[in-house]
Amino acid sequence: MPDIERLVNDFVAKLSKRKVEGSQATSRLTAELLRSVVSLQRLPPTNSAAVLIEAVRGIGVKLAAANPVELAVGNIVRRVLHIIREEDLSLLTSKTSDLDLSAASDDEGTIDQDYDPTQSAAAAAAAAKSFLRPPSLHALLENMSDKAVPSNNYTSSSGGDSEEKSKADKLARTRKLKHDVIEAINILIEDIDTCHELIAEQAVEHIHQNEVILTLGSSRTAFEFLCAAKEKKRSFRVVVAEGAPRYQGHALAKELVSRGLQTIVVTDSAVFAMISRVNMVIVGVHAVMANGGVIAPVGMNMVALAAQKHAVPFVVVAGIHKLCPSYPHNPEVCLNDMRSPAELLEFGRFSNCMEFGMDSGAPLQVVNPGFDYVAPELVSLLITDILDNTVLHLEGITRHICIVSYQTTTQLMILICKGGYINEESILKLLTEFKQYMLISGIFWRAVVD
Amino acid sequence: MVGKKGGSKGMGAAEDAEEELARTPLQAIILADSFTTKFRPITLERPKVLLPLVNAPMIDYTLAWLESAGVEEVFVFCCAHSKQVIDYLDKSNWFGQPNFSVTTIESHNAISAGDALRLIYEQHVEDFPDMFRIAQDPNSIIAANREGINWDIRFRRNMHDWEVNDLVDLFARLQHCHINLQAADKLKWGHQKGVYTVKEGYQQLCSRNPVIANWPWKLIWRTKLPPKIRGDFILVSGDTVSNMSLSQALKEHKERRRKDSNAVMTMVIKQSKASPVTRQSRLGTEELFMVIDPETKQLLYYEDRGDNLKGYLSLDKALLTDNTSISLQNDKQDCYIDICSPEVLSLFTDNFDYQHLRHDFVKGLLVDDIMGYKIYTHEIHSSYAARIDNYRSYHTISKDIIQRWTYPLVPDVQFFGNSATKLERQGMYRAPEIKQSRSSKIGPFTVIGSGTSIGNNTEISNSVVGEGCSIGSNVTIEGCYIWHNVTIEDGCKLKHSIVCDGVTMKSGAALEPGVVLSFKVVIGRSFLVPAYSKVSLHQQPIRQDSDEELEYADNSSGITESPSVSGTLDLLNEEERTELPDSQEYGVGDGGVGFIWLVSEAGQEEEWRHSVAPIPVDKLVAIMQISNDEADLPNEDGAFLPPSGELGPDSITNDSNEDAEDIRDDSVIFEREVEATFQRAVEEDVTDDHVILEVNSLRLTVNEFPGLMLFVILWLDPKFLSAIENCLCLPSLFYCRLSYNMASADCAGALFYSVMKLALDAPHDSPNELYKNVVSTVRKWKKLLKYYLPSIDEEIEVILKFEEMCLESAREYSPLFVQILHHLYDQDIIQEEAILDWASEKEGAEESDKIFVKQSEKFIQWLKEASEEEDED
Repeated sequence: MPDIERLVNDFVAKLSKRKVEGSQATSRLTAELLRSVVSLQRLPPTNSAAVLIEAVRGIGVKLAAANPVELAVGNIVRRVLHIIREEDLSLLTSKTSDLDLSAASDDEGTIDQDYDPTQSAAAAAAAAKSFLRPPSLHALLENMSDKAVPSNNYTSSSGGDSEEKSKADKLARTRKLKHDVIEAINILIEDIDTCHELIAEQAVEHIHQNEVILTLGSSRTAFEFLCAAKEKKRSFRVVVAEGAPRYQGHALAKELVSRGLQTIVVTDSAVFAMISRVNMVIVGVHAVMANGGVIAPVGMNMVALAAQKHAVPFVVVAGIHKLCPSYPHNPEVCLNDMRSPAELLEFGRFSNCMEFGMDSGAPLQVVNPGFDYVAPELVSLLITDILDNTVLHLEGITRHICIVSYQTTTQLMILICKGGYINEESILKLLTEFKQYMLISGIFWRAVVD
Repeated sequence: MVGKKGGSKGMGAAEDAEEELARTPLQAIILADSFTTKFRPITLERPKVLLPLVNAPMIDYTLAWLESAGVEEVFVFCCAHSKQVIDYLDKSNWFGQPNFSVTTIESHNAISAGDALRLIYEQHVEDFPDMFRIAQDPNSIIAANREGINWDIRFRRNMHDWEVNDLVDLFARLQHCHINLQAADKLKWGHQKGVYTVKEGYQQLCSRNPVIANWPWKLIWRTKLPPKIRGDFILVSGDTVSNMSLSQALKEHKERRRKDSNAVMTMVIKQSKASPVTRQSRLGTEELFMVIDPETKQLLYYEDRGDNLKGYLSLDKALLTDNTSISLQNDKQDCYIDICSPEVLSLFTDNFDYQHLRHDFVKGLLVDDIMGYKIYTHEIHSSYAARIDNYRSYHTISKDIIQRWTYPLVPDVQFFGNSATKLERQGMYRAPEIKQSRSSKIGPFTVIGSGTSIGNNTEISNSVVGEGCSIGSNVTIEGCYIWHNVTIEDGCKLKHSIVCDGVTMKSGAALEPGVVLSFKVVIGRSFLVPAYSKVSLHQQPIRQDSDEELEYADNSSGITESPSVSGTLDLLNEEERTELPDSQEYGVGDGGVGFIWLVSEAGQEEEWRHSVAPIPVDKLVAIMQISNDEADLPNEDGAFLPPSGELGPDSITNDSNEDAEDIRDDSVIFEREVEATFQRAVEEDVTDDHVILEVNSLRLTVNEFPGLMLFVILWLDPKFLSAIENCLCLPSLFYCRLSYNMASADCAGALFYSVMKLALDAPHDSPNELYKNVVSTVRKWKKLLKYYLPSIDEEIEVILKFEEMCLESAREYSPLFVQILHHLYDQDIIQEEAILDWASEKEGAEESDKIFVKQSEKFIQWLKEASEEEDED
């Protein structure tokens, strides 16, 4: 236990001191931390999943508080929680099928009692079904505590069932649970590592011959995306806005040139002048909010507005770990990082105008926000990494994301829904409301804008 | 795959371990005591490093910075209130950090930074052979010190008395040694295998001394030895706020060390220009002058006490001759972050009179050219570093933190143990659980701590409010620093003050700018605390003039002037009550508890410089006025160069005035300048040649350095001027004006005047003694005077000047006129022709002018006869 605490405190300190920054690094480190937590956590023979969930959730709260801007932490913690529940369930299902069917029906009865008796039988059946199938991402994100409770009940009831089973069996189960969870987290980490490649695979479909692409600042995802298109012998030009005040665009331009791409560097303020020549804007972002808006490096909103004005598609490339279930209330303040003004200007040169002591009243004020919020209506397309059909089935997740894009407004709407929660009827109802839809389960979400 | 990972990890760990062996961990010494009294009376009750700075103790900022900068071992030197500091560190979990060890060193008798470093050296540095410390070259080999059978050992300094015996002992031992000069030097233990082990050492000790044999040897193994200063370390004080990365500075320092082992220290500096009006930096410290070699960044000159300069700055000629280029800088701020080599500690031990880090140590090293130790500077640009030296810097740095210059050490980032705070629009920071009335207004750049309640119609702006405070209704708080658990009742008005923990302000009380209320003070109802006063529960330490009652009476009378918010009836009662004798115990109003500290008259003048309150406009106007006056007519204390230029429109008007009055004023000003130069020459004991050069340069050019109010004395001929322009990096030299085209006759007159004045200033009782003074002074400056008296005309000028002096400014000379004239003649300063010409010139003058001619009639007569005799010969 003290080991876990030390690890967690270490990471919390790193996060809060801004030593770990960027969603990729943060998500990876979070997953690794949780993996070691799972492996170090001592579990009781019964109720082990609940204990594990409790521990992970506690750590998640701590991590999220350490740097609220790093939204990827929340994403990873939730996914790990999901993994634990899922593994627990799969263990149980395998066991229950091993035992006998009557036990399963018994279980269903227990759950029925847990639920509101006024609920219809169908709903109860659906709920029960949902237990044999893993919970949805939506439920996972929105309704965590609700789900955790029945899951606990379930475990305990099954524990009661298997009273005659030896302790060794329980220990073995706990060990198996741990092992499975760690394996799943390893896959998650691999996913995070490879998300660039998976996104980049789609590059050829989006970038065409002789196009002009504009990007702002530097993003590894965007870089890989562009390079992948180049490798497939697409010839195109890239306009890089330098991304003041951190000027990461300079580094990006350097790397692009070294890969043989035609690159033009412009100042951020020249974006509007350039945008009429540009065919597509491709940018990396910091996080994707629940409403489809994105949190991106500062200056992005301006680019998005310019793109909208000239009807240039504004394409966001982001790994799945950048998804965030919360809504951006007051994004300029709450989901922003006010960085040091020293990035903008050197302190010494302006020290004279920053004196409160003088009679002139308030001194020079320098504001340096780290992020911009780009509203969902400005985002034409979101490209993210593939969760393969096979993977989906293997994991037992049936997540359907339907991206509905209006032909007229290029508005992007993301619905995270799932058979159990929003049934097929309601999906169909939703879909018929929109003029055009694409339901692509292979590629996580994609909207095609013409 | 897992196995593979594990394998690579193991490899990495092994490599790390190897690296670990090769390098020493980065260490830092924090002085948790400023060794000053600038924060009194607060520091009587709590050490300065624990005072909250934007709701977090100062030392947390320093430690958090050091930790993030990669420092692994920190020694916190605690002196005043050491227990409080240690308790705090204990509680705050700083001791339990991974990869960051904090060790405290406690001392109660250190009174300066020098003492502290000496103590650290004694406690923590291996002082194995005591002699080793003073060896000329610690890395020399034995063969180099051996000449035949004699030892040729040279030491860095002379032995102290207590070291002589050791030395004799050492030589006695060495004499019996047979040394093989061909073999390489190595450390050897005289027993068994030649390798030292603690066990063997213990056995040796036991065998020699039976008393030790009973020593409980287990203690040896159990004692936790504190880590030692092994390599380069960082020396900061516990009130430093910074976010700079040390890696670059450390790298530079280490590279320099490799090339030159004498580069013992690297100082961190930062650009920050002092105010042209008040001559102090934004941190409230004096303007800092440094001379830095622009190539190597070596520090060549350091002066941070503007008072010592008296308006001019003199550089050693060697600075110009030894260095191809130097740059003189007055726009830098010393961050008080030093990267030191271990030698620094031993230097403090060797020079046991070093007290202050800057005034003694840095200046000492710069002046001392025997050992050739060098100090370098490292300038930081975008990162932040500053030290809280006084109330003004407390204020300035707080504002910098709120404006996020110290990012990530800002209130909304939990860098260490500070409570969660959220940044809202307009730079407003709010902690959770604040009870705030809807009608209250919280302005920009304000920090509100958790658990604070704010009443109706209260306005807070530009302030920091701590945790657990309760602020009533209709309170105005502007630019204040309110610490924790403070109660402010309805209708109080606070302006630019510091209010410490647990203070209660009764309703209607008011603080004028610059007030400091120390811990748990209670301010009575409707009491107005006068500006810049400091209130504490502790009595002020005794001072010379103890007219306390008078001072208190003054304070209570201040109530009548106070604009009371509460009803006038209350106010009247208040007045009556304060006149009662028993309420005189504390001078802080009805029900108030606390003593108002007295400020000496001189201190009061300067109080505004270092207070949290902004500099009052009238003060600024006054200073501008003074500097303008100086521009019009230089005063006598040598500050004869006006700070024009910087003042903009003023300087233009000055110039036009000067043009108009040029002819009239110039001679007067010139005379004064020559006098001042001469006086300085006397004070600083320079040789005649230099004064000649200098007066010459004065004659040709008077350099006005806009805004510098500083006159670099150029100990060089004017022909070098162009060269100096290049190497001094002073653009202001381009503004040089040829303002005085004085004949050498004027020079002579002025110089003679100065010499005579010097003689007059020397103590004397009788005319006889005065004469003796003159004789000795003239003897001293004969060469100089002679230089300016190349022809008869100048000599006549001198006599006329002398005559004028006797009549006007120095009447004491009048009875001695003939005597002195004779002496000057004897000394060949004035030739007889000159005297005769002067006499004949005076022939036709008025009677009143002839007094001295008549007086010296005999002398002239004698001279005439002598010349006639000569003619006859």
